[in-house]
Amino acid sequence: MTATPEKAAAVETVSLTIDGTEVTVPKGTLIIRAAEEVGIDIPRFCDHPALKPAGACRQCLVDVAAPDREGNVRPFPKPQASCTMTVMEGMVVNTQHTSEAADKAQKGVMELLLINHPLDCPICDKGGECPLQNQAMSNGRTESRFIDVKRVFEKPLALSSEILLDRERCVLCQRCTRFSKEIAGDAFIDLQNRGAMQQIGTFNEDVLNFDGYEPIGVAAEDESGKAFSSYYSGNTVQICPVGALTSAAYRFRSRPFDLVSSPSISEHDSSGSAIRVDHRRGKILRRLADQDMVVNEDWITDKDRFAFAWQNLADRITRPLVRGEDGELHEASWPQALAAAAAGLKAATTGEDAQGAAVLPGARVTLEDAYAYSKFARLALGTHDIDARTRIASDEEQAFLGATVAGSGLGVTFADLEKAPAVLLAGFEAEDEGGVVFLRLRKSLGRQQVFTIAPFLSRGAEKLDATLIPTAPGGEGKALAAVKGSTAASEALKAEGAVIVVGERLAGSPGALTQALALAKRTGAKLVWIPRRAGERAALEAGALPGLLPGGRSVTSASAVQTVADAWGGTLPTGPGRDAAAIVADAAAGKVGALVVGGVTPSDVTGPFAEALERTPFVLSLEVRRGEVAEYADVVLPVAPPSEKAGTFVNWEGRLRGFATAIPTDAMGDHRVLDLLARELGTDLQTGSVADVYAQIAALGSAAKGERPEVPKVETAKVDAKPGASLVLASWHQLVDEGALQEGEPYLAGTGRTAVARIAPATAVAAGIADGVVTVASAHGAIELPVVVTDGMADGVVWVPTKSPGSWVAQELGVEPGALVTVKGGVA
Amino acid sequence: MTDLTPVLSATWDAKESWTLDTYTDHGGYGALKKALGMAPGDLIQAVKDSGLRGRGGAGFPTGMKWGFLPPDDGGPRYLVVNADESEPGTCKDIPFMLSAPHNLIEGVAITSFAIGCNHAFIYLRGEVTHVYRRLLQAVREAYEAGHLGKDIHGSGFDLDVTVHAGAGAYICGEETALLDSLEGRRGQPRLKPPFPAVAGLYARPTVVNNVESVSSVPAIIERGVEWFTAMGTERSKGMGLFSLSGHVERPGQYEAPLGITLRELLDMAGGMRGGKKLKFWTPGGSSTPIFTDEHLDTPLDYESVGAAGSMLGTRALQIFDETTCVVRAVTRWTEFYKHESCGKCTPCREGTYWLTQILKRLEAGRGTGADIQQLLDTCDSILGRSFCALGDGATSSISSAIKYFREEFDAHVEGGCPFDHAASALFAYEPKAIEEAHA
Repeated sequence: MTATPEKAAAVETVSLTIDGTEVTVPKGTLIIRAAEEVGIDIPRFCDHPALKPAGACRQCLVDVAAPDREGNVRPFPKPQASCTMTVMEGMVVNTQHTSEAADKAQKGVMELLLINHPLDCPICDKGGECPLQNQAMSNGRTESRFIDVKRVFEKPLALSSEILLDRERCVLCQRCTRFSKEIAGDAFIDLQNRGAMQQIGTFNEDVLNFDGYEPIGVAAEDESGKAFSSYYSGNTVQICPVGALTSAAYRFRSRPFDLVSSPSISEHDSSGSAIRVDHRRGKILRRLADQDMVVNEDWITDKDRFAFAWQNLADRITRPLVRGEDGELHEASWPQALAAAAAGLKAATTGEDAQGAAVLPGARVTLEDAYAYSKFARLALGTHDIDARTRIASDEEQAFLGATVAGSGLGVTFADLEKAPAVLLAGFEAEDEGGVVFLRLRKSLGRQQVFTIAPFLSRGAEKLDATLIPTAPGGEGKALAAVKGSTAASEALKAEGAVIVVGERLAGSPGALTQALALAKRTGAKLVWIPRRAGERAALEAGALPGLLPGGRSVTSASAVQTVADAWGGTLPTGPGRDAAAIVADAAAGKVGALVVGGVTPSDVTGPFAEALERTPFVLSLEVRRGEVAEYADVVLPVAPPSEKAGTFVNWEGRLRGFATAIPTDAMGDHRVLDLLARELGTDLQTGSVADVYAQIAALGSAAKGERPEVPKVETAKVDAKPGASLVLASWHQLVDEGALQEGEPYLAGTGRTAVARIAPATAVAAGIADGVVTVASAHGAIELPVVVTDGMADGVVWVPTKSPGSWVAQELGVEPGALVTVKGGVA
Repeated sequence: MTDLTPVLSATWDAKESWTLDTYTDHGGYGALKKALGMAPGDLIQAVKDSGLRGRGGAGFPTGMKWGFLPPDDGGPRYLVVNADESEPGTCKDIPFMLSAPHNLIEGVAITSFAIGCNHAFIYLRGEVTHVYRRLLQAVREAYEAGHLGKDIHGSGFDLDVTVHAGAGAYICGEETALLDSLEGRRGQPRLKPPFPAVAGLYARPTVVNNVESVSSVPAIIERGVEWFTAMGTERSKGMGLFSLSGHVERPGQYEAPLGITLRELLDMAGGMRGGKKLKFWTPGGSSTPIFTDEHLDTPLDYESVGAAGSMLGTRALQIFDETTCVVRAVTRWTEFYKHESCGKCTPCREGTYWLTQILKRLEAGRGTGADIQQLLDTCDSILGRSFCALGDGATSSISSAIKYFREEFDAHVEGGCPFDHAASALFAYEPKAIEEAHA
């Protein structure tokens, strides 16, 4: 418990008796929760602590007596639903353990629940972990008296490509619909029909078979016409108390009692959500949300849940590969491969003509891996040319991160976001880029003012009831500067606890981060940087950036360099190094001797990355799968996916999210591989184990005063976004898209939103665009997408998703958001 | 001998009784003018003093319900009239609204003034389009005559009335389901608390009253509390509509003081059809436990009917003579509850599904020895366990029928239905084969 004594005293409590045990709980507690406090389990289906009470299943009926006005304890005439009734001082509750009436009521409800239940437990995914099965055993009759005809439905019904519904198993507890409405805000499913034919569904006319009449209006759909296009739909499967909702990916794959469950942390975003990895004989069968009340509470995104196939696809590599004289990659032993790698790197870094080596670790790294890359670059390769930011990035961003984020420990937390009376989002889409961050914000719907500096009001922002400050990419700095005086956003941000959230995309908008800092100072609001990928914060903490050393130390600070050099027992190169964009550009020009590439997907990188790989004499790839980089690599060293190694993700809060090895294999983490490789190069990194790295990071601590980079002061850019021939490109990653870690999971891919190009009405009119397919083109290439004219959108902007089907911006357009592109076509 | 006391039904036989002119000719809207000159608090007190109890079935004191509203906070508060009359046998509000819609509107105006409501809603059962038209017409007339709208009769009181047609669900007669439906949501009962008086329509303080309750208010104001309390019994004051249907010579609406007996009402209605013997009857619609000829002299007031093991309900007296198979009648009612169960809670949704199948088997002669006990046990699993009172109502007819006619249920188990179904019909009737039980 973190509550301070003063706060604890302020909570009004109520004392009551449950099954003869006295219990004191906060006023307003439900009986069922109070019973849990003293270890009394009341069976339930509809009740879920994170959802509002429904009282629908009636399984939790208990006997209640409460004092009347004169103080005489009088029994209620009927058994009461303990999931809806709150406690009262002096109340006497008798559950099934001590009251025959309660026991009889519960057994009666259980018998009724089972009459229409198929009892197909032997083939049901839920069998073995099913609340209905378990509670039927503990609180039901031994035998059914029902001899009549059971209700049947066609099965299963695909609510989406991922979520399947077996209606005859459903007990209509409404957990899924309440989750969708209350938590996710995606009310795509609801109760339909009534009585025994009541069912969950998407108002699909083909399913409901409307007899002689038609539904009024259309059910909620996304732009693509998909009916249950929610990023959080998998949670409904997990909270379903029966086997009615199953996932296509796991259906009929396994029995729960054959699975080994290992707690872990999701590798998919910067939230560091707690997950449970269920595996059997070394293979992951499914992933579930683990409860972590300070981070993801009870929920995870569908990406966290379903996207795990990538690490065991056919192109997974388990042995090193070395390019032979025939020009092909051949499997090699570790000693051979390490020797080859060391030789290649040595050639690039020594001698008079040495062009040096550069490191691109990618931003999916754990803290240990990031630290190893950072130390490897500096000590083994003698360079500051290391940058995990193979995305839109800038020096301003590096200064901002070094000055205010790195080594700052736990800053703004999920709880702070939830409590904030006002939140300003800039360059950050909570639902697409934040995952469970969105759910936390949405939890405060109605109690929190949300403003978003974005080109249009995305569906996620709309569900947060956010106020749009329409802004073209590049104009964020100006928009932030305009939040002043008596504007609504400015007033709101002055409230205590208000938060400004900046996303990694702001790096592409000169002056925006400078203005964000100024705004925070002006209003007193807290500022937090929420990047997209899981390894961004760890890379920052570990100094896997060209201008930063571990703990936010600047490579230009002599004392910082000295501290690190002393700790590492070596000499550091003089800095600063080149950032990712410069490394790629220089490599493409043939000016880099060797590249060490971690988890970087070439199609995600704007700029001539393929050319860079091709023209660099020696390329070393550390990868889980034999990807595109391997095609250019001279040596490929296999590394472990997160489930096969231990490590620590650092989430955006700055919270260390350690996880142990779920599936022990021979695979080694990047930090261990780099440790071995460095030895081969004659340097001892001492990064062989997680414990070693931890000890070093702890000993280093954070930057001393004056060792950090200067706070950035960058002039705000002017953006010329207006309807016309050239439009400003806006783009971000949608949560479910064609990212590398989502490969091999077609059911999940099917729930993603259809890629569309968006433009404002006036811009559309000016360009003669009405409907149909448009071509968004840059000097480099073009993308064709259906156009959606979007009300309220900033003029002069075209938005496309970054890596959705048919819309690979980095690869096809080769430009970053903020660039000018042309949009043609789309004539109705 | 109790006499009829036509108040609500007083003008039904007048020419074009539904028009404003006819209503006004008979003194209509006089009570409204009187009420507008009174303090709202005095109006509430008068209704409290009159002892008027909710005429929708539960019999909760109307004035007390009004008194539950929290003090005025400046925000809106609503009156919602429950006109979703749907229960088998209950047929009082619909003929009343058809014949005297202005009486309801006057009641709405007075009640709204009393509770400080400026926008009242009448939630009407959707199927009765003829009543819907009459209500719309009456509301229009009332606006034109200044009985509704802005500054009614110079009092400074504003009132808008919206007539809303439901979509035909029995559950929407349950007040919280009605409010959800009125808000445009799926009609399912809400969790209480909060009660409608605190957070009802659009989460604002709301009074939900039955048509007959609201319509009784003008007469109470006009003629005084003493006039009203002179009728009825000690704790069931005033008059009410008694709806006789079934095997009687002259079925229809009989408006009489509470406490009248079925024997008296049957006398007025010309007795049983063809002089046959009364077998069983419902005192207040299909959700009230049935009575038999033992109860002919039970005073039809809340207390006496309750003491005799049933409920006064909506005073829907469905009369069945000796030609009627009680198993068959109960099966039809239960089918209704199965069809109308909203599905929210397990006991009502699954229980009525099961009960229907057992009853259909019994009726078809395919019953088993365990069925009657199973019916009782299943009723037990529904009664008092369901989310709202509709589940309870579904069990009343079954458990009471088994209580009074167990041997008839046994006879069905042994050899199927012993009755000639054509004999109980009021018209030429060819009994149909019993359909197979299915969902």
